Amino acid sequence: MSAFIRQHLIDPEICIRCYTCEETCPIDAITHNDDNVVVDASICNYCMDCISPCPTGSIDHWRVVKSAWSLEEQYEWDDLPEQEEFAEDSASELAEAFDDAANALIAEAHSGAGGRTPAPISAAQASVNLFGRSSPGIGTVQGNYRVTEAESESDVRHIIIGLGQTSFPVLEGQTVGVAPPGVKADGKANDIRLYSISSSRDGEKRNGNNISLTVKRETQGLCSNYLCDLVAGDQVELVGPFGNTFLMPNDPNANILMICTGTGSAPFRGFTERRRRAMPGANGEFVLYFGARTPGELPYAKQLGKLPATLLTQNLVYSREENQAQEYVQDRIQQHESFIQKMLMDENTHVFICGVKGMEKGVDEALTEICEHNSVDWQSQKASMRDAGRFHVETY
Amino acid sequence: MNELAISYDTSIPNNVGLSDDRRLLKALQKWHPNYLSWWQSMGPEGFQDSMVYLRTAVGVDPKGWAKFDYVRMPDYRWGILLAPRDENRTIPFGNHLGEPVWQDIPGEYRSMLRRLVVIQGDTEPASVEQQRFLGATAPSLYDLRNLFQVNVEEARHLWAMVYLLQKYFGRDGREESEDLLVRRSGDEDKPRMLGAFNESTPDWLSFFMFTYFTDRDGKMQLESLAQSGFDPLARTTRFMLTEEAHHMFVGESGVSRVIQRTCEAMNAAGISDPNDIENIRALGVVDLPTLQKKANLHYALSLDLFGSEISTNAANAFSAGIKGRYHETKIDDDHRLLDSTYPVLKMVDGKPTLVDEPALTAINMRLRDDYTADADKGLGRWNKVIKKLGVEFSFTLPNVAFHRAIGEFANIQASPAGTIIDEATWVANYDKWLPSSDDNLFITSLMKPCHEVGQYANWIAAPKVPIDSQPGDFEFVRIAA
Repeated sequence: MSAFIRQHLIDPEICIRCYTCEETCPIDAITHNDDNVVVDASICNYCMDCISPCPTGSIDHWRVVKSAWSLEEQYEWDDLPEQEEFAEDSASELAEAFDDAANALIAEAHSGAGGRTPAPISAAQASVNLFGRSSPGIGTVQGNYRVTEAESESDVRHIIIGLGQTSFPVLEGQTVGVAPPGVKADGKANDIRLYSISSSRDGEKRNGNNISLTVKRETQGLCSNYLCDLVAGDQVELVGPFGNTFLMPNDPNANILMICTGTGSAPFRGFTERRRRAMPGANGEFVLYFGARTPGELPYAKQLGKLPATLLTQNLVYSREENQAQEYVQDRIQQHESFIQKMLMDENTHVFICGVKGMEKGVDEALTEICEHNSVDWQSQKASMRDAGRFHVETY
Repeated sequence: MNELAISYDTSIPNNVGLSDDRRLLKALQKWHPNYLSWWQSMGPEGFQDSMVYLRTAVGVDPKGWAKFDYVRMPDYRWGILLAPRDENRTIPFGNHLGEPVWQDIPGEYRSMLRRLVVIQGDTEPASVEQQRFLGATAPSLYDLRNLFQVNVEEARHLWAMVYLLQKYFGRDGREESEDLLVRRSGDEDKPRMLGAFNESTPDWLSFFMFTYFTDRDGKMQLESLAQSGFDPLARTTRFMLTEEAHHMFVGESGVSRVIQRTCEAMNAAGISDPNDIENIRALGVVDLPTLQKKANLHYALSLDLFGSEISTNAANAFSAGIKGRYHETKIDDDHRLLDSTYPVLKMVDGKPTLVDEPALTAINMRLRDDYTADADKGLGRWNKVIKKLGVEFSFTLPNVAFHRAIGEFANIQASPAGTIIDEATWVANYDKWLPSSDDNLFITSLMKPCHEVGQYANWIAAPKVPIDSQPGDFEFVRIAA
């Protein structure tokens, strides 16, 4: 147990006391008096349900503390207390406290599964929280390549980062945190962003002690632009690794159904490399449903084109392809009804969904319909798959 | 049906199973083009082709309902979104206390409900109309975005009410829905139904005050309707409240940023007297006494929206289980109010006096008191900004008797402190208590657009945390997209 905790606080200077967060909190961790709306640290479980309905931006504030501020103390505040400085020798404990928050972010990304999801039974044991913000792993950029067509609107980068002598063990499906250098308007260090690792556990280059990330340049994205602009030789600070559930089954008989859009393909690139290197000729089905607006915007299109069908069954679908009907991953899944149905009923099947928030909804509807045609209730089937570590969602 | 998910299988996003209700779908699809033409002609002027960074609900669950992205306003996905149903919900007040909530309208309450829905519905497009010219003088792209967010969501609230009218009120409802698109704010021949919604919103200070004071009345009304025994109304208004919170935010933070800027400018210029109006205005910022006058005006106008202090209509709606009180379920009483009383401020012998009245008929008064308490807290937060910046000034709400057109005080004049005065004194002090034409001219002179990315007009501070936690220099509106 960490001696520090990362406490969720509401900024009383910005909060307008609309109590929307209090109405939203599913476990009544938020309360108020005549002055302030406050979070009870002994109840809050970092579910993040309150974050997006807040109209003001007052809700998303955190402090690492030795002991939590009480409700009474918070009621007295006119503004938030500064982050307390802790001595250097607390660094490792601080890192752990920070990791609570990174893990909460991951928990949010995984929330689309509809409940707690254990790792697949056959997955390897993941190492997590090895490097915190106060002592990050230092990587060196070895390459930065665009993996979408140069003329397409979507600039997605494959960034290879070498770790030199640093041991930074990862598994496919895990994420790392990157904080862009510099500080925010309030003078505090920039927040970290999480990125899925797109290489396999033995390195982007086999035994090269390096990893790769797949990053899309967002117009106003502080961190994505920082990463996309890195050139070979640049140093980058990594924290993590994080995540110990969205992991690849090690069982060659496992059927793996991967559904993604855009850079949601990152973990599946790692899965595919792992399968290619470690399990050639594995029995289990290994199927990808991958959506993008156009072929030019599909990350890794060229590389995918070189993979043999015996390794990976590819379904690449496009929603904005000229002279073609709009197609989304869920449409293709519906076309494959009998195959999908067979897969869902097979106890060796693991479903992984990764991409933008909201995509799980369309997929969910497609699966619901397929199951309905076969008199199966997808929601309960999903719940049992989830509880067995066979249904995973990571959306952001 | 999964009520958390929004389906897009018809032209109208919804979580009410619209595709299974062909009659309703057809009626709404008939209304839709008229709505769009109303939006094109009465919605924000001059920015219909701009790309605006708006939030759109993609689900009514906490994680789904605030998806931010660029969208052209006419392409905004206005939809019908109800908060999830609570299967075990019972009527929380009135004669039907404890009975299961109604999924259909009891015949005897039909006309009462229709009236409530129509009045609520009428305010939504009215505010869009009132604010349609503000874009041209926006103090920043950030504020422009906030304005448009308020506008598209008020318009969605119109959809919310039209859904109820069309689904539950048959032909009457369809006619009322059309009329909602015909009345116009401030139009002499076909005005909107409530006074404050026919006032103009000529400048951004008025807009911030309107969203602070008048939208707060909207919030109180929605809160009362969200208690309703008619479950579809309760669920509709519950979801609207989540959106309404943003409108409160725009008002409160807008005024707060004006105050902050004024105090900072005064400090920089070495002016300590907040009443040194001429020199403060010379700095190109709004002096605090003028802000107080604006607050006086908008507060008084908003109080009128609560109707008469003593109201049998309000009593009937409560007894019927149609419209409850603010935070009804959190109030510790019998929720029937058959024997209890409530203190009401009335004119007795020429003096405002608290008189105990039957609590049932004093429902409006109670809601208004709750409103005043809520509004007053925000003033306290503005005062903290002033104090923090070391300026000696504080805002106060005027007395409820001040400048009223409806209720107990409609026929008297009172000072902001609540002293009853004669007409001559009123006229002599009018410009001291309410914005004068000089004040308005000065405010108008400040209303120059500031549409540069990351820039703010001189009279308003940048927000502490911009919307969606975006950086301050984010391009919230791509005007010439």
